[in-house]
Amino acid sequence: MIKYLGRRAVYMAATLMAISLVVFIIISLPPGDFVTALRAKYSVMGQGLTESDVQALRVRYGLDGNILQQYWNWITQIVLHGDLGMSFEHSKPVADVIGPRLGATLGISLITLLMSWGIAFPIGVYSAVKQHSIGDYAATTVGFLGLAVPNFLIALIFIYFSVTWFGSVPSGLCSPEWCDASWNLGKVLDLLGHLWIPMIVIGTAGVAGLVRIIRNNLLDELRRPYVTAARARGVSEGRLLRRYPLRVALNPFVSTIGWVLPLLLVGDIVVGQILSLPTLGPVLLSALKAQDMYLAGSIIMVLSVVTVIGTLISDLLLGWLDPRIRLGHQR
Amino acid sequence: MTLKTGLPDGEGADASDAKGNVERATASQRTLVWWAFKKHKLAVVSAWILIAMLVVIVLTEFVAPYGARHRDSEYTTAPPQVLKLWDTDGEDGFRWGLHVDGHVSEQDPRSLRITYEPDPDDRVEVGFFVKGDEYRLFGLIPWDRHLIGPKHHGDPMYLLGTTTDGQDLFSQIVYATRVSASVGIIGVLLAFALGIALGAVSGYFGGWIDNIIQRLIELFMAVPSIPLWLGIAAALPPHMGPVTRYFIITTILALVAWTGLAREVRGRFLALRSEEFVTSALLDGSGHGRVMFRHMLPSFSSHIIAALSLSIPSMILAETSLSWLGLGLRPPAVSWGVQLQDASKWSVLSNAPWLLIPGLCVVIAVLAFNFVGDGLRDAADPYKH
Repeated sequence: MIKYLGRRAVYMAATLMAISLVVFIIISLPPGDFVTALRAKYSVMGQGLTESDVQALRVRYGLDGNILQQYWNWITQIVLHGDLGMSFEHSKPVADVIGPRLGATLGISLITLLMSWGIAFPIGVYSAVKQHSIGDYAATTVGFLGLAVPNFLIALIFIYFSVTWFGSVPSGLCSPEWCDASWNLGKVLDLLGHLWIPMIVIGTAGVAGLVRIIRNNLLDELRRPYVTAARARGVSEGRLLRRYPLRVALNPFVSTIGWVLPLLLVGDIVVGQILSLPTLGPVLLSALKAQDMYLAGSIIMVLSVVTVIGTLISDLLLGWLDPRIRLGHQR
Repeated sequence: MTLKTGLPDGEGADASDAKGNVERATASQRTLVWWAFKKHKLAVVSAWILIAMLVVIVLTEFVAPYGARHRDSEYTTAPPQVLKLWDTDGEDGFRWGLHVDGHVSEQDPRSLRITYEPDPDDRVEVGFFVKGDEYRLFGLIPWDRHLIGPKHHGDPMYLLGTTTDGQDLFSQIVYATRVSASVGIIGVLLAFALGIALGAVSGYFGGWIDNIIQRLIELFMAVPSIPLWLGIAAALPPHMGPVTRYFIITTILALVAWTGLAREVRGRFLALRSEEFVTSALLDGSGHGRVMFRHMLPSFSSHIIAALSLSIPSMILAETSLSWLGLGLRPPAVSWGVQLQDASKWSVLSNAPWLLIPGLCVVIAVLAFNFVGDGLRDAADPYKH
C-alpha cells in the first residue's frame, strides 16, 4: 500500500509539473507581456506609467530573462509566496479575484456531485438488474440524450421554459430580499430555488455517464459464474445483489471524483455565464476573452490542481477498497 | 486467427442447408460485416442521416435556398413558415401548388419588438431547382439553381425562420453543417494519424519506446482537457482569418483527443504481435513498416472505423461549446455553436425558440455518429460466434 501510495504521489508531482508548464505556455502565448498590456491600459485611461514603475514591474515579473527564467520566477512566486500575479482586467492580485469565488464553485460542484451520485446509482442498478425492461430502455435513451446534448443547450432550453412559464430566470445564488439575511429556512429554500437549474444543467452529462458505467459494470458482474453459483445455492436475489456484484460495480463511483470535477467546472462556465452565478466559470471566460492571461492561467491551474488532487484521492480510495487495483500495480 | 475467406466447403456439410452455408462461408469479410451491420436498425437509419449530411457538406450552396451573405432586414427574427401543398382560401377555392404564406409584421411602438402574423392572402410560390443567388459549386462551377426556393427570386421563404439579423436560418444551418461536421471529421482524422503512428510504434516494438509513449499519454490524460483547450483557444491572436482559425481550432481538438485512440491502437498491436501471420510476414523479409501497416493494421480496420465514428461526437460537441462560448470559430464563420450564440440572450430566446434548431442538428449528428459507431463496433468482428 505504501509503495502504491508513493507511486501515485510521484505521478501526481509529475502531472502538476506538466500542468504548470502548459499553463505557463498558455500565459505567455499571446503577443506582448503583462507589463505592455498594463501600459496600454493605463495610457488609454490617460495615466501614463513612469519608467521606474515599468522597470519595477518588469523586475517583479522577471520579464527580462529568457523563457526558462520567467517560468522559474513565476512558479517560485506561486509556491513560495502564493502570489499568482496580477489581473489587469480587475486591477488586483489574482488570488483576491479567485479566492471568494472558489468556495461557491467547489460548493456547487460538490452538491451537484452528490446529487449525481444519488440519482445515477438507483437508475444504473435498476436498468442493469431489469435489463431489456421498459424502464431500462427509458434510462438508456435518456442517458444517450444526456451525453449527446451539449450542456449549454440544456441551459438554454431550461431558460426558455422558465421564461415562458414563470416569466423570469432565477439568476445569481439568492434573491435580493434574502441575500443579506442570516441563514434560516427561508434562505435555504431560496438558495435551492436558485440552485436547481445549475444543478440539473451541470449534472446531466455526469449522471448520464455514470448511469452508463454502473449499468455496464453491473451487467458484467451479473454474468459471472459466482453469481450463478450463489443463485444455485438459493441466495435471495436482493441479498445476492447487495453482497457481491454491487460492491464491485461501485468502483466507478469512486473514480468519478477524478473525471466528474472538470466536467462540473465546464458546466459551471456555461451556466455561470447565463445565470450570472458568483462562481469561477464566468470570471474564467471573461479573462480568457480579454486575454487577461495571469488570471485565466491561474484559474486553469487551480482547476487542474483540484482535479489532480481529486484523481489522487479517488485512486487512493480505489486502492484501499479494491485489492486487485492495489496489487495489480505492484505485479 | 481466423481465415480471411471463412471456412471452405467442408466435406461433412449437410446438403440441405448447404446453399445458405456456402453463401455464408464464401462471403468476403466485407460482406459479413455488412450483413451484421444491417441487423442494427438504428445504425442503418443513422448511416442514412450521415450520408445525407455528407451530401449537404458537398453540395452546400445548392441545398441552401439563399446565399451565405443573404440578409433580409425587413424580416428579422421571423418565425418559421409552414410549407403547404395546397390552399383553400384563394379566389377559386381549392388549388394545388407548393407555397408558404407570407407574413404581416407589426412593430410595437414602445418595445420596438416586431411581431409576425401569417398572411394567407400573401402566397409565396415555392419550387424545386429554382433560380436564386449565384454561387460556385465546389468552388468552381458558377451556377444559380437551388434545390428549393421561392419561384420569384427575392420573395421571402424562411422555412425555419430567420435569425436576429434577418438571415435565413435554414440556409445558415446548411452552411454551418459543412463547418461543424467537417471539424469533427478532419479533427478525428488528424487525431487518428497521430494516434495510429504512436500507438502502432508503442504496441509493436514494446520495451522502452512503449514505456515512454505510455507515460506521455498518461500525462496528457491527466491534464484536464477542457480547461486546456479553453486556454489554448483563448491564447490565439484575435485577428485571424476564419480559415486559419478553423484549422487551428481543429488541430487543438485533435491534440487533446489523440490519446484515447493511441491506446486503442496500441492494445490491438500488442495483441496481434505474437500472431503467426506476423511472424511469417517477418520471415518473408517484410520490413517493420510493411508488417505494421500492410499486414497488421488492415486486420482490424473495421475496429478503427468504429472507433473513428465514436470519437467524432466529442469533437463536434467540443467545437460547438467552444464556439458558443466565443472562443472557437467566430463570425463570419458559421458553425452550429456560432449560430447558438444568437439564442443565448433570454430576452431573444423567449420570443424566438426556433433559434435553438441548430442545437437539434448537433444532437442528431452526435447521436447518428454514435449509433453508426456502435453498429460498426458490433459488426466489426463477424467471426465472433
